[in-house]
Amino acid sequence: MPNSYNSSPYSSRSESVRAELSEIDTSIRSAAIFFVISAIGWLMLGTVFALLAAVKSHSPDFAGAFEFLTFGRVRSAHLNAMALGWASNIIFAVGLWIMARLCRAPIQHKGILLIAGIFWNIGLTIGVFGILSGDMTSVEWLEIPRYATPLLAFSYALIGVWGVIAFRFRKGDHVYVSQWYILAALFWFPWLYVVAQVMIIWFPARGVVQSVTNWWFAHNVLGLWFTPMALATAYYLIPKVLGRPIYSYYLSVLGFWSLAIFYNWAGIHHLIGGPIPVWLISAGIVASVMMVIPVIVVGINHHMSIVGMHKQVWRSPTLRFVVFGAISYTLVSIIGSSMALRTVNEITHFTHFTVGHAHHGVYAFFTMIMFGGVYYMMPRLLKCEWPSAGLIKVHFWGCAIGITIMVVALQVGGWIQGMEMKNAEIPFLQVVQNTIPWLKARSVSGLFLTVGHCAFALNFFWMLLAAGTLRAKEGPTLFANKSKEISVG
Amino acid sequence: MKNLPLLFCGIFFALAFSFVGLVLTSHIQLGSLTRTTETLVPSDDDPSIMVVSEGDPLYPPKSVGLAQQGKQEYISLGCMYCHSQQIRRADFGADIDRGWGPRQTVARDYIMQDRVLLGTMRTGPDLAHLGGRYAGDAGRDWNHLHLYNPQIVSKGSTMPPFAFLYETRKIDREVSTDALVFPPESRYGPEEGYEIIPTRRAVALVEYLLSLKINYSLPEAIIPE
Repeated sequence: MPNSYNSSPYSSRSESVRAELSEIDTSIRSAAIFFVISAIGWLMLGTVFALLAAVKSHSPDFAGAFEFLTFGRVRSAHLNAMALGWASNIIFAVGLWIMARLCRAPIQHKGILLIAGIFWNIGLTIGVFGILSGDMTSVEWLEIPRYATPLLAFSYALIGVWGVIAFRFRKGDHVYVSQWYILAALFWFPWLYVVAQVMIIWFPARGVVQSVTNWWFAHNVLGLWFTPMALATAYYLIPKVLGRPIYSYYLSVLGFWSLAIFYNWAGIHHLIGGPIPVWLISAGIVASVMMVIPVIVVGINHHMSIVGMHKQVWRSPTLRFVVFGAISYTLVSIIGSSMALRTVNEITHFTHFTVGHAHHGVYAFFTMIMFGGVYYMMPRLLKCEWPSAGLIKVHFWGCAIGITIMVVALQVGGWIQGMEMKNAEIPFLQVVQNTIPWLKARSVSGLFLTVGHCAFALNFFWMLLAAGTLRAKEGPTLFANKSKEISVG
Repeated sequence: MKNLPLLFCGIFFALAFSFVGLVLTSHIQLGSLTRTTETLVPSDDDPSIMVVSEGDPLYPPKSVGLAQQGKQEYISLGCMYCHSQQIRRADFGADIDRGWGPRQTVARDYIMQDRVLLGTMRTGPDLAHLGGRYAGDAGRDWNHLHLYNPQIVSKGSTMPPFAFLYETRKIDREVSTDALVFPPESRYGPEEGYEIIPTRRAVALVEYLLSLKINYSLPEAIIPE
């Protein structure tokens, strides 16, 4: 590759583009940094909850005397801290930043965005505190008590609308694939959230209509909120860092629309065998299997975009995370589609296999791509480089090894659990005890992830506090030695 | 993609499609389910229509006061993250073979519940029919000991102890009638001169658990002979 593909924050091929992007970055800087700080705060807190829950799952007496730390509460606190604290805050940071850049529209009235962000985090703090103190709803993915949810919905509206406004005042004709994903997700999430709140919590629908609504919502948080944002980030970063366009425009169109049409029917597969009409379940299974189309299409598109440039991918902190996430997307989605088949589901349903699958999706795919997004975004916002390549390496390997151990342990252990549970000859207590070694392996994986997260947080705050002094450093932080030819972010 | 109204319509209708198809349609199909008798009889006016049999009890039963309070504890403690409340049909999984219930549960079983707790995890066993499996005073005592610390009656369980729902207090003259009775030599029992009493929350929770019963047939789900 020639040297001209230099995408460090200070240089772009055209000076006017550089000036414009720099203006946009400045306009969103304070809000985006606030969202990243919040996201990392929730990530660390969520990690603590996760470790507690993981240890409790094989050693139930651990901290067993504290009511607020009982397993049911601490795992729900973990889920909400991660889904609404880490994931949503990082979406607000990276997603809005990408949207503003692609629309070439600086964020106006950034103060309102910042205040809405503060209220989002206040609402979430009240919510997580409410869960631990016993006010949780026991509705999956909607555990936050009803006194905190209106604040969350209201502040979301004020945050999400910024993406729509940027889109409304965009410059230029072309709309890039990342913009479709972000626009759609910003619109889908509040619809899902409000309907689920109204039909389950405020004016409960009759009987299992609640459960149908619950899984329509919960699966779509993954499918129509996390997934489009992570795909948008990958679609933005891969061409940016490698300096060449996405492989196929038509594949990205196909991938987007097939995801939009199929994903939102898929959630019913969480109720296979349950007390709901069979036609609903069949519809859910069909949609889950059809998800193979967007997954393969996106997989091909991403793969063809990086093919032949594996060295550059490996050297770039951003792309190392993004490509790990993109590969995980293909794997987790294929496994997910198979899990929706009745014969497979009969075994995996109600077991740790599903827990492994959830982490495969939200962590190995979504979170890893978002880490990549942060590694790319922060140098552009702060106009300085990451202080330590070593810490980025620790972060990558901690997370990559940790999540691999977790997914393998929970899915192998979960499969065994499911096979044994299906055999009524094996006493239930025996089934439970046979999961313990796998649950212990999960706790070990948690330690790896914790090390990774600490390295990430340390590097981030070091960069934030020392922004002025790091500015003088030459070139971007990469994994290989700096004398090599190209520099990619 | 430059046609923006089309883009937005697509985004809107994609979700509207599943919202109507899954949420609204199941609301239309299931939202008007009512209680019924175990068997239906032909209507007097038109024998081709089956109606509820006058005078027979209606199912599913309504939940009563203390059990209702206990359900709040069940919700607040997050029990449903390890325990489902649904029984799958006989040839799908081993739910019925394991004795978790006499028949599969159907949509009508849940219509009297203001919060449905089907659950998606079986770290512990299904509880849809717990009250049928542990009945009467023996069932009540077993559940209190099990909640206080599962190891007492189910050694090796991974369920957490809920001892914080119980109070240890000094025995006043004689042992209270509601004090937990530990198996002899149990290492979880109280010290000499002390007794362990369930709080109101524990009492309510156990009443709720014992109230979970699928001991009735529905026209669409009959308990096999």
